[in-house]
Amino acid sequence: MIIIFLVTGLLIVLTILLSLCRAVVGPGVFNRVAAVNVIGTKTIVLLIIMGYYFERPLFFDIPLLYAMINFIGTLAFAKYLERGELWS
Amino acid sequence: MVLIDGIVIILLAIGIFFMFVGAVGLLRLPDFYTRLHATGKCDTLGEGLIILGLIIYHFFYYSGISLIPVKLLFLIIFIFIANPTATHAIVKAAYLTGLTPWRLGEERR
Amino acid sequence: MFLFWVLLSGLFDAFHLIAGVLCSAIVALISYDLLVKGNGEKMLLKGVRLLLYIPWEVWQIVLANIDVAYRVLHPKMPIDPRVIEFETSLKSDFALVTLANSITLTPGTITIYVDPEKGKFWVHALAEEPGDALLVGQTMQKKVADVYMEW
Repeated sequence: MIIIFLVTGLLIVLTILLSLCRAVVGPGVFNRVAAVNVIGTKTIVLLIIMGYYFERPLFFDIPLLYAMINFIGTLAFAKYLERGELWS
Repeated sequence: MVLIDGIVIILLAIGIFFMFVGAVGLLRLPDFYTRLHATGKCDTLGEGLIILGLIIYHFFYYSGISLIPVKLLFLIIFIFIANPTATHAIVKAAYLTGLTPWRLGEERR
Repeated sequence: MFLFWVLLSGLFDAFHLIAGVLCSAIVALISYDLLVKGNGEKMLLKGVRLLLYIPWEVWQIVLANIDVAYRVLHPKMPIDPRVIEFETSLKSDFALVTLANSITLTPGTITIYVDPEKGKFWVHALAEEPGDALLVGQTMQKKVADVYMEW
């Protein structure tokens, strides 16, 4: 059963590498922002699976916090790109 | 015990399949707006299924009343609200800045 | 919010409870405009109806993902994107936000722009059928208006 978590983790890392290709290639800034958002949400799942793989299912405040940080970061970036500045 | 193992493995497999569909969609689709369709929907559901599988696993393998499944449930609810909102914010910024959508028959961007 | 704090920390002795009360009070004081104000007529009934609306939405999410998976993995990629515009009669902020979220999570559509005064929505559709289902059928608008009782 623990081996399943290792395989899952490796597949998620593969997915992150595929999104990284889009972050490098994508013409313009919007494609890159979308790819970084995807990498952020995949990292949350990777943290939780690693918590279960090492048999320490204790510290799940960290993925919750990183989800909020990723969300607010993407919102701030989108607001800046729309208006040209952050505070009016 | 084998039944619970089977259910968890099935949920994890379906979740990872949808995440792969999302990532392949990022690479294959021809325009920015269509790529956001793929990631905004597939990422959210794939993560929801994986975390649901892990909640079931936690219930049947770790004894004692703990608050960890509740935290994971909060994480699922937060992801279901936050991911579409972030997608909408980025699409709105792109449309109002002037990125034109792709029609059928043009070349890839 | 204080219940949320207690739930997340998991410890029940006196020091942590008092710290929880203090932190919740400070956060509530700072974000007074956002959280405490707001029309609260019949909030409990709307909350219960919202909970009944969620299973239908989860079923739509699953359908949406099967649809996107079919379109992405097909060798010819049958997509035909277009931008659609329509109007609804929902007025309050909460209802508009719920409808925008539901449109983003259902098969084939993403909200681009929401106009809060007139209730106009600009929507980007992935192919012809999901856009028509939103424009002509109007099943989703009816369901959200049933939840918030503003039809």
